[in-house]
Amino acid sequence: MAHPEGGDAVVEFREVTRRYGGVLAVDRVSFAIRRGEFFSILGPSGCGKTTTLRLLAGFEVPDAGEVRLFGEVVNRKRPYERELAMVFQSYALFPHLTVARNVAFGLEQRRRPAAEVRARVQRALELVRLDPGTFARRLPAELSGGQRQRVALARALVLEPRVLLLDEPLGALDLKLRKEMQLELKQLNQQTGATFVYVTHDQEEALAMSDRIAVMSEARVAQLGSPAEVYENPRTAFVADFIGEANFLPGTVTGPAPGAPALVEVALPAGGAIRVPAAPGLVAGAPVQVAIRPEWHDLFRPGEAPPAENALPGTVRDVIYLGETMHVLVHLADGAAVRVALRNEGQLAKPLPWRAGDPCVVAWLPEDCQVLEAP
Amino acid sequence: MTRRGLLARLAGRPALRTGLLLGPGALWLVCFFVVPLAILLAYSVMRRGAYGGVEPGFTLEHYARVLDPLYLGILRRTVVLSLATTAICFLLGYPTALVIARSGRWRNLLLFLVVLPFWTSALVRTYAMIFLLRDTGFLNAALRALGVLREPLHLLYTEGAVLAGLVYGALPFMVLPIYASLEKLDPVLLEAAEGLGARPWARFRRVTLPLTLPGVAAGSLLVFIPTLGAFVVPDLLGGAKQMMLGNLVQNQFGPARNWPFGSAASFLVMSLVLAAVLLWLRRRDRGALAREGP
Repeated sequence: MAHPEGGDAVVEFREVTRRYGGVLAVDRVSFAIRRGEFFSILGPSGCGKTTTLRLLAGFEVPDAGEVRLFGEVVNRKRPYERELAMVFQSYALFPHLTVARNVAFGLEQRRRPAAEVRARVQRALELVRLDPGTFARRLPAELSGGQRQRVALARALVLEPRVLLLDEPLGALDLKLRKEMQLELKQLNQQTGATFVYVTHDQEEALAMSDRIAVMSEARVAQLGSPAEVYENPRTAFVADFIGEANFLPGTVTGPAPGAPALVEVALPAGGAIRVPAAPGLVAGAPVQVAIRPEWHDLFRPGEAPPAENALPGTVRDVIYLGETMHVLVHLADGAAVRVALRNEGQLAKPLPWRAGDPCVVAWLPEDCQVLEAP
Repeated sequence: MTRRGLLARLAGRPALRTGLLLGPGALWLVCFFVVPLAILLAYSVMRRGAYGGVEPGFTLEHYARVLDPLYLGILRRTVVLSLATTAICFLLGYPTALVIARSGRWRNLLLFLVVLPFWTSALVRTYAMIFLLRDTGFLNAALRALGVLREPLHLLYTEGAVLAGLVYGALPFMVLPIYASLEKLDPVLLEAAEGLGARPWARFRRVTLPLTLPGVAAGSLLVFIPTLGAFVVPDLLGGAKQMMLGNLVQNQFGPARNWPFGSAASFLVMSLVLAAVLLWLRRRDRGALAREGP
């Protein structure tokens, strides 16, 4: 159902607030989720992401604001009155029912005929790649963690919900299985056309699966955007730090960069200056904080850095082997630590030419500086 | 030998340790349960002594006599009353336990109130019920004062009075195990049911009740078994007309001075209890094996 303001939104939060006692769990949160979208709510524990999902599911009632589902305000509707399905972090399978009966539960509540229930349960189990012949008659206690996860997913998907809520559904799985399930969930989202609302604290997971991510911090949405937007264009220090890794440089704007109208010059407290993209607020005297991703830096011998790039001298402190990348820990002249990520081209065949104690220059393009909003 | 030395030796000898842990309790049970039971079994097949006690000999006449219609009537009443007591305790106890389990910080106070009657003797509480139920008792007086009644209701010495007394005494034994199983019930399962479209009653019927059945079963056994052998309540609230097996046994060892028959009746009660428990265990095992189809 289209809504004049909601447009294509199937889910909409308008200034939603939820308090526990005096503590704000969700503070004036607003966002709209589009039809068919894979939407993640990402944040550290205690940021309000699970409460947000529970407000949407109907397990919590907002203290203020509006929760809209398909254009309709559902603030006070009970969960069984909402056309949603939810996958819980702990799976919440009914221990006294077989896999088939667990999956059939929601259809039975909707009073579907037995033959239809049987057929749909079968299809749902096949959809999550559980062989009905092997698993239908097992009890949850007889399943592995990954299998339980699939049953929980089938139990929700069998209802063919227009919106599927997932509360950290992969948290209890080991890394390999988690990666596998991430792909499968993404495929299910495309295959079923359902809108997925996915809560996680795992930034890699959110980046890998989502169409859009709402990053939450301290009961508020800190930033909302595509994975590329929140990673490459973090607006606050929190987002820059929580998603991926970042080096932070505080400084003061001194004025337009000579010979580069699109850039302004920022003086660093320990001396030296860098150039960052010009923006309306960046006038002389303004304090700024700049974030740079480790992989946007490059490392040079003193005097060899390209003149168009920002360049800060320092000393290599440590080289860390991470498989895909090598992190070089550099201490700048003022003692600040900067991480530089370099591609690992094979330490056995082509070892990195940096050793602890080597003098070096950390360089990067001025355009790669993310000027952060004051928190 | 030092204490430390003793413990060290025990640690190395699990059989001895188990024996020491189990021994005192086992000895107690052998002395005060197995031995009297054996004596009772022996009595039940011996001849009746003229002034109580037994005389040597072997006979099965006492068991045959238990099957007399008079006694079968008592047996029937006992079983019916015990089943009714169990059923009423369940109907009263489950909602009580449900409220207590959901009452947050009032929980401990409510649990305390449930067990409060145990602070006085069952005998005193039963006598108190006599004062409540008799023709000139509190209930009748109140109803007459309110103008509901002209003539007093005869409440005492009826099956209803016995049932009321039995339920009153047994109710906490139903509430506590059900409460314990509700307490263990993971609240996220209730949310899952609600999220899948289950309204409150469906949620209760499909999730809460099935998952707390072990508590119901434990409570039912704790109510049913002692009620089968009850004798104080039927004696005081039922009088001679509402005799239960417990009264029969008490009578045979007391006024009737027929110890062998009393023993045979005791074994009858015991075999009933045993049968009830075995039936329940079998049903439970079958339930665990049975798999509902897709």
